[in-house]
This record gives sequence, C-alpha cells and structure tokens, in this order.
Amino acid sequence: MKDIIFSSEPFMLMLVCGSFLLGTYIYKKTKFALFHPCIIAMAVIISFLLVFDISYETFSKGSRIIHFLLGPAVVALGVVLYEQTEYLKQNIVSMFTAITIGSFIGVGSVIAIGKIMGVDAQLIFSLEPKSVTTPIAISLSNANGGLPAVTAVTVVVCGIIGAVFGPKLLELIGIDSSVAKGLSLGAASHGLGTARAMEIGAVEGAISGLSIGLMGAMTSFAIPVIHYIIN
Amino acid sequence: MVVIKGSFIILLFLFLGETVSYFIGGFIPGSVVGMLLMFASLSLKIVKVESVKVVADFLTKNMAMFFIPASIGIMEAWRALSDNLTFFLIVSFITTFLIIAVVSLIQEFFEKRRR
Repeated sequence: MKDIIFSSEPFMLMLVCGSFLLGTYIYKKTKFALFHPCIIAMAVIISFLLVFDISYETFSKGSRIIHFLLGPAVVALGVVLYEQTEYLKQNIVSMFTAITIGSFIGVGSVIAIGKIMGVDAQLIFSLEPKSVTTPIAISLSNANGGLPAVTAVTVVVCGIIGAVFGPKLLELIGIDSSVAKGLSLGAASHGLGTARAMEIGAVEGAISGLSIGLMGAMTSFAIPVIHYIIN
Repeated sequence: MVVIKGSFIILLFLFLGETVSYFIGGFIPGSVVGMLLMFASLSLKIVKVESVKVVADFLTKNMAMFFIPASIGIMEAWRALSDNLTFFLIVSFITTFLIIAVVSLIQEFFEKRRR
C-alpha cells in the first residue's frame, strides 16, 4: 500500500510544494536566516523518505516535473536580463570584469583547495561548477568528468550559504552599491542568492538574476580554460 | 492563452538552446544558450516582452523551489561526500564567501571611480 500511495507522482509533487510552503511559512514567522525554506524543505523530505523507507529514485522520478522547470527558469532569466538592459549598459564593463574574475577565482579556488588537501580529481571536477545554477552546473559536471549528484548537492549548499550569510558578509566589508550586492549574490549563489537579493530590493533582485546568467556563461568558459592551462 | 503562448516561446528557446549546445559539443549548456537567444530576440523585438512576461515571472520568482528535487540528491551523494566532508565544507564556505567579496568589491570599486 505504501508503494502505491506514498510513492505516487501526485504525492511526491505535493511533498515538494508542501514542504516548501511550510519552509517559507517558518522562515517568514521566525525571520531566522538558518531556517531557509530550502533547508526546512530538505529536512522534511529526507525525514519523510527515511521514515517511510522510500528510495531516492522513487522520489526523483516523482518530482522530475519540478526539477525540469530549472531549465525553462534559466531561459526566463533572459527576460529579466532584457528588463534590466539600462543597468546592463551602464555597468557592462564593471560587471563583465567582476564576473570574469569571480568565475576564475571560484573555479581556481576549488582546484587549489582540492590539490592542497589531496582529494580525488573526480570530486574536484564535481565541485568546480558549484556557484552556477543547477541545470548549468550539472551539464558542466557531466562534460568535465564530475559526479552530477555531488554537483547538484554542492550547488544547493553553496546557494543556501550565500543566501544565509551573504548579506551579513556584504555589510561586514562595507558594500553600499545595490548593483554590487545583487551581482555578488547571484554570482556566488545563483537562484537562491537571487531569491534573497529580491528581499533586499528590486534592483538587487534583477541584477542578481542577470548575474546568474553571466556567471553560468563565464564559468562554462573558465573551466575548460583553467584545465587547459593546468595540463 | 498568455500562459500557453509564453510557455511555448520559453520551451522553444530552451529547445533551440539545447540544439545549438549539442552542435557546439556542449561547451555552453543549452539553457544558457536559450537565455542568451531569449535576450537577443527581445532586444531585437523579434519577441514581444508581453508574450513571455507572465510565464517568465512565474519561473524566476519561484526558482528556489525548483532546486529542492536536486538537493535531495544528497541521499545519493552522501557516500562520496561523507568521506570528504571537510573538503566539501571548506570549499562550500570559502569559495562562496570569496566570490561574494571579490565580485562586490570589484563592482563597487568601478562605481566609486566613476563618481
């Protein structure tokens, strides 16, 4: 019975939406940064799957419609980009410079830390695209010899870290500019950084959406270039 | 109708993006190519922003939820991660903070110099 009822597609979709709703509710009530909707949703879903002994595969199959929406969501960022054409024109040189350096430092630092700690090359490959949005990161991980499951988790974890601690860090280093705030949150924490940036302000949110796309494109370029230089 | 039209256009650009990506050997992911094509088509007035706005807003405003299925992948990836947990955590925290600091400082530096 468990297999039929709790493993069905409607139930899995309901579980994802419901746990996210619960997460959003708790986050808004408590205003406590660590209670990020995604952290709560993850905890609820994993506990549920473990308690009812449902495999990850069953969950993954049942929730794939929601997962699929990540692809169209990236395409939709093109619309956000278009709506911010003015900001894009004004800041094109600085944004391009910041994101280019940011993506190379992002990929480079993963490799450097990996080499120092002597971890497996495949694990390094899996973590290199960790700051770009999931659908981009997974294709990059696949193309460069990483493990997509590890990449997907790391992407979400880095997204949550940036969303939770990012605004504090920006305050600490004394960043005033809205463009700089949005750009950096999107660059380090993709869609989850953007969701947080939208809470700070409209400009921050839009620039952050733009930053996801720029970072995705630059990282796609940075990984093969850095591999070529190293070898 | 606006939802169906918007969905069709966005899916079309995703499809075009995936196709282009396939022919260039997957160097840039299909969704990114699709995003760039969408931006170009809107700028060149090939696509009207009103046609895609409703669906695009739905997708971008709810993006955080779309990450949940992927995050549950931690159940699968746990074996590979738990052996290297220190590395995983150091990388996640340090590089995220590093990117936020570097990107925001460079952007702010440019803006201050312009004033």
